[in-house]
Amino acid sequence: MAEIQVPAELMYTKDHEWAQIDDNLVSVGITEYAQDALGEVVYVELPEEGQKVSQNEPFGVVESVKAVSDLFAPVSGTVVEVNDMLMDQPGNVNDDPYGDGWLIRIEMDSEKELATLMTAQDYEKLTKK
Amino acid sequence: MRKTVLNAEHIRLGGRMVDFAGWHMPVQYTGVIEEHQNVRKNVGLFDVSHMGEIIVSGAKSLETLQWLTSNDVSVLNIGQAQYSLLLNAQGGMVDDIIVYCLEKNQKYLVCVNASNVEKDFKWMSENNKGAEIINESDLWAQVAVQGPKAENLMAQVFGEEIRKVKYFEFLKVTRGGGTWYLARTGYTGEDGFEIFVPIQQAVGFWQELLEKGRDLGVMPIGLGARDTLRTEMKYSLYGNEITAETSALEAGLGWVIKFGKGPFIGKQALEAQKGMLKSRLIGFKMIDKGIPRHDYPLISFDNIEIGRVTSGTMSPSLSEPIGIGYVKKDWAAEGKEFFVQIRGRNARAHVVKTPFVNPRADS
Repeated sequence: MAEIQVPAELMYTKDHEWAQIDDNLVSVGITEYAQDALGEVVYVELPEEGQKVSQNEPFGVVESVKAVSDLFAPVSGTVVEVNDMLMDQPGNVNDDPYGDGWLIRIEMDSEKELATLMTAQDYEKLTKK
Repeated sequence: MRKTVLNAEHIRLGGRMVDFAGWHMPVQYTGVIEEHQNVRKNVGLFDVSHMGEIIVSGAKSLETLQWLTSNDVSVLNIGQAQYSLLLNAQGGMVDDIIVYCLEKNQKYLVCVNASNVEKDFKWMSENNKGAEIINESDLWAQVAVQGPKAENLMAQVFGEEIRKVKYFEFLKVTRGGGTWYLARTGYTGEDGFEIFVPIQQAVGFWQELLEKGRDLGVMPIGLGARDTLRTEMKYSLYGNEITAETSALEAGLGWVIKFGKGPFIGKQALEAQKGMLKSRLIGFKMIDKGIPRHDYPLISFDNIEIGRVTSGTMSPSLSEPIGIGYVKKDWAAEGKEFFVQIRGRNARAHVVKTPFVNPRADS
């Protein structure tokens, strides 16, 4: 397997989502490790804008040819933007998991939840277990 | 976990290994979609050594198989094979199998599913009518060579005579002192062969196929594409479409049930069911978005459960979701609409003609 990228500036969940924090806005996607384990993504189901999500609770699913996997919210809050491009091009999740493959943006309720996320260093350790 | 004799080859080829029915098997090498398409366009190799081989022999072999299996074994001559079922007394399915006639009235090879080898062997032994029944699964590896270029690849390895082998026939050959069976069968809908090879010769054979098939675009194919290929053909899979609780008739397998051949296990139960079937196995496509998956409920528009999805996937050939499932017979006709319940959401679907693809007609 080629070197798995874990960008240092992002935060991570144990369920292999990444979170990019920009004031109270949190962009969410799945990690390169996750997309590689899933295989070719053929379908993504995401919440509507305005929907509430809760930390560590499923907010959508990503499906490979073989399997359905839940997506878990890294923080609680309100969905303010959804990557609609994935409806037609779900493969972006594989090709560019930290870029065009982003999933949703959440306006978070409380910055306190960020303390429970993992650093890049910790996440990298998790993937090498 | 058990390993086939080709295990090291899979790892060397970059196979992503998973536990399948207790076997350490490759689910994919480069990607399910690419592998799938390569079988439809060129040729692919599958390690199916985990499948079981049970030999039924002796003067009572035919009588025993007539009792144990649903199809008519008496019509088989040497070099011919038939798809068939092991049924239970209720007409449910113990397994789906292929019976190969090695010597007429004397010796037959029964190929069974990996997860069922011990169960089938026990079932066959318990219901034996005087044959010698031996589980030879540990002696055989099995490689499937599937795709429109399978015949050319096989001819390069075994010579031109392989081209004369017809669908559901097989050739017995001797290679390197071992006996091999080259059967024109498969689970993909493509032309191709399934080769029974003595385990000690399997690695060399696998490498030879990869080497000689390079110009034909040969690729090793994992279990992921094996499943999408068979789903596009609406071929049944044990555990999904085929279970001990499902009726062989409702599964649409009436064509391998020969009521006229004499008594066999499950015959009475199925005869009683004739004309009284409650459900049918159908293929469907989605009208709304979503991918149907195993065990999702199928719901009528007035909110009654009318069946369940048995298999579903994104079809790599069609680039759209496809599904197979049992529905109550009023919903079984082509064009009938119902909901697939996908994570609590009702998504519309409609019954379509199957197979979903017609690979042989295209080539």
